Amino acid sequence: MVKKIRVLVAKPGLDGHDRGAKIVARALRDAGMEVVYTGLHQTAEQIVNTAMQEDVDVVGLSLLSGAHMTLFVDVAVLLKEKQMDDVLLIGGGIIPQEDVPRLKKAGIAEVFGPGTPVEEIVRYIKKNVKR
Amino acid sequence: MTDLAEKIIAGDHRSIARLITQVENNAPDAVETMKQIHPHTGQASIIGVTGVMGGGKSSLIFELALAYRTEGKKVGIIAIDPTSPFSGGALLGDRIRMTELSMDEGVFIRSMGTRGMMGGLTSSLYDVVEILDAAGMNVILIETVGVGQDEVDIVKIADTTLVVLVPGLGDSVQTIKAGLMEIADIFVVNKADKTGVEQTVAELESMLDLVNNQERRIPIVATSAKEKKGIQQLVVQIAEHQAYLKKSQTFEKRRRQRYEAELIEIIRKRLMDFIFDEKKLKTTVDCCIDQISKKELDPYSAADQILGKILK
Ligand SMILES: Nc1nc2c(ncn2[C@@H]2O[C@H](COP(=O)(O)OP(=O)(O)O)[C@@H](O)[C@H]2O)c(=O)[nH]1
Ligand SMILES: [Mg+2]
Repeated sequence: MVKKIRVLVAKPGLDGHDRGAKIVARALRDAGMEVVYTGLHQTAEQIVNTAMQEDVDVVGLSLLSGAHMTLFVDVAVLLKEKQMDDVLLIGGGIIPQEDVPRLKKAGIAEVFGPGTPVEEIVRYIKKNVKR
Repeated sequence: MTDLAEKIIAGDHRSIARLITQVENNAPDAVETMKQIHPHTGQASIIGVTGVMGGGKSSLIFELALAYRTEGKKVGIIAIDPTSPFSGGALLGDRIRMTELSMDEGVFIRSMGTRGMMGGLTSSLYDVVEILDAAGMNVILIETVGVGQDEVDIVKIADTTLVVLVPGLGDSVQTIKAGLMEIADIFVVNKADKTGVEQTVAELESMLDLVNNQERRIPIVATSAKEKKGIQQLVVQIAEHQAYLKKSQTFEKRRRQRYEAELIEIIRKRLMDFIFDEKKLKTTVDCCIDQISKKELDPYSAADQILGKILK
């Protein structure tokens, strides 16, 4: 058996670029993971459906501002609804510190601020992947 | 029947996804379910899409899927990208071009890494095709890696193989000469919204003129996935090719080829599993060492015996 960690990197919401998401995606690949990259403008439903078809172990969301809090939470809720809470949900981007507790309560396992070394994200995933 | 097999035959997406993961990981659990779903396969049309990298394979698959959906057909998509030989990881980005399909209940998309397999495919591809077929997909579209010359293995799986080229690519026709030529059932010149389409089509036509005794002239379809042009013509050509396969009894031949390749792949995997399972190998071998050292058995006869047991 050769189990590989599969990760979905998604960028919900409508705003601009996905440079950060792409950098993380490449770093995860270089750490031996299979990274499904879906591009911009994903809705929460699309993200969760994709996570299901791709049977990923991890969903990583990239956001640029706290304005996407609801999207973030929506993904967590939908994952739970579909009994996919064995999927590790993490996020990265510019998220105000005061929002982090609320996100964690909603089911987001960890939030990585801008400038987090990618090695830290890799280490976190390897340590916390649930299945 | 296993619970998983039942759900897959009923078309349940999550179960499809789970079994695909099992076969990808070479999990022993998968075998029983794979055995049980086989009698439920054989209905799907299998279409391979290969050709130059960046030529628009994913974009075309998206357009074809939309076209088949309007016909009410269920569509399975397998998109393969290269696994890095250094890290073993892979960046699977074909879904970027297919976002609009991700909410459609009649479409199932799976991205896969090659995981060390040559030829632009992945070794569990045969299994994944069987799974999607058993799950009731009417059409299965397979996107190969797109590295060019060695991507000929797709013909062992697909009923119809599309070779995608783009205009103005100086050496594209060269590339075809080197191998893709023999495998194309249909040539697609995508990005027809760009200049140079006529020239590429003409080059292909004159190349095809040189091939003698063709019982079927390979059609060339110009498309623009960007402007959604030529897609219907492509759908028609695919249907015509499949009608031709059935009429000429080539269909049965191709299916037999696929099962042959699949069976060989399963045997290859099992032997590899045995060889690389050092503990198992050592215990199997251990029992003969005594006899060999006492000259009751020679090493060659011992090897015959052991291989006989494995191959039995
Ligand atoms: N101009 C033009 N660009 C296209 C067309 N089809 C795809 N593309 C673009 O070509 C690039 C590669 O497309 P993709 O479908 O990912 O190609 P693949 O690598 O063969 O799967 C993307 O930027 C597409 O938007 C087309 O018909 N015309
Ligand atoms: Mg592609």
